[in-house]
Amino acid sequence: MDLTILIQIAYLISSVLFIVGIKMMNKTPTARQGNIYSSIAMLIAIVATLIQVNVLTLPEMFACMLIGTVIGTYYAKKVPMTKMPEMVAIFNGFGGLASLFVAVSDYWLRSIEKGQDVDTITGISIILSVLIGGVTFTGSYIAFAKLNGNISGRAIVFKGQHPLNLALLIVSIIAGILLLLEPQMSMYMYILIFVSLLLGVLTVIPIGGADMPVVISLLNSYSGIAACFTGFILNNQVLIISGALVGTSGIILTQIMCKAMNRSLVSVLLGGFGQTTGTAGSNG
Amino acid sequence: MSVENLIILLYILVLSSYVGFELIAKVPPTLHTPLMSGANAISGITIVGAIICSNELGYTTVSKILGMLALILATINVVGGYVVTDRMLQMFKKKK
Repeated sequence: MDLTILIQIAYLISSVLFIVGIKMMNKTPTARQGNIYSSIAMLIAIVATLIQVNVLTLPEMFACMLIGTVIGTYYAKKVPMTKMPEMVAIFNGFGGLASLFVAVSDYWLRSIEKGQDVDTITGISIILSVLIGGVTFTGSYIAFAKLNGNISGRAIVFKGQHPLNLALLIVSIIAGILLLLEPQMSMYMYILIFVSLLLGVLTVIPIGGADMPVVISLLNSYSGIAACFTGFILNNQVLIISGALVGTSGIILTQIMCKAMNRSLVSVLLGGFGQTTGTAGSNG
Repeated sequence: MSVENLIILLYILVLSSYVGFELIAKVPPTLHTPLMSGANAISGITIVGAIICSNELGYTTVSKILGMLALILATINVVGGYVVTDRMLQMFKKKK
């Protein structure tokens, strides 16, 4: 059979396992097994992709993955149980930054190194992936710092916060449109990256420490959406499926968590309400 | 990307989003954090994109370096995410 077909089948199996895994994590007795299913799904997706790209830079790639595995395992094993939400926030931030890097890497390859035109669909996917990935990265970092006590857990509000965020969003949209029109102008990409990172800081900083678990859950959903858009850039189904799964299930989970804490999602997002200071500890 | 291709990808997006909405139901509060952590590990699927991006031959400059950085970060997300989730869920079993 053709290799590409086998890879597509592997992606399909991986997608189904992700769905089964998440479903099993809904219930206490099956939760741990569900997590193992989803990790197997991830392994299948990684191996299939490694075969697909017929890795000619294999040693370098394995070096990168080894570094990541060592760092990830070390911190995941070392962190005390009470610091779990912080850890999730940091890992999630890395995921968001990875999506941003993937999008910028693809943009750079196409428009700067190869000097090609970027078609509109790919261009929009690149812009959205950078924007959401950037917000996820800095937002998660602020959430981590608030929980960890590196910065005050209190809601930091100042006058004109919402208009400023809106203005930044408009700036990012304009930079995105300009980038679509003139893909060779890397300046617009720098602006886009900068604004997205700034937006992540500004949207999380007005939210009180006690609401951080909800924010982390929401940012987790964002990082899924960012991964989904990288799927559109690279024309890769498994990225789109699992990205969308995390994106939407993350939003539902965020809503459930809000309800459990007797808060509305809107009030958490608008910030300034959760004036309860101090660390939010673990949520589970 | 051709329009036909986009339509197929949009089909995939819409249907998997719907599945995602339906997947989470009546989760006991104790499972909120593990579930969030598990979903976080899955969002590290961007590792697939990182592998593709760091394999560009003949373009050893910016794009490849960014791809490799993405690969390191995504691996941390995936491996760390799964290990942390497993640790949390392990704790549950002991309680029971």
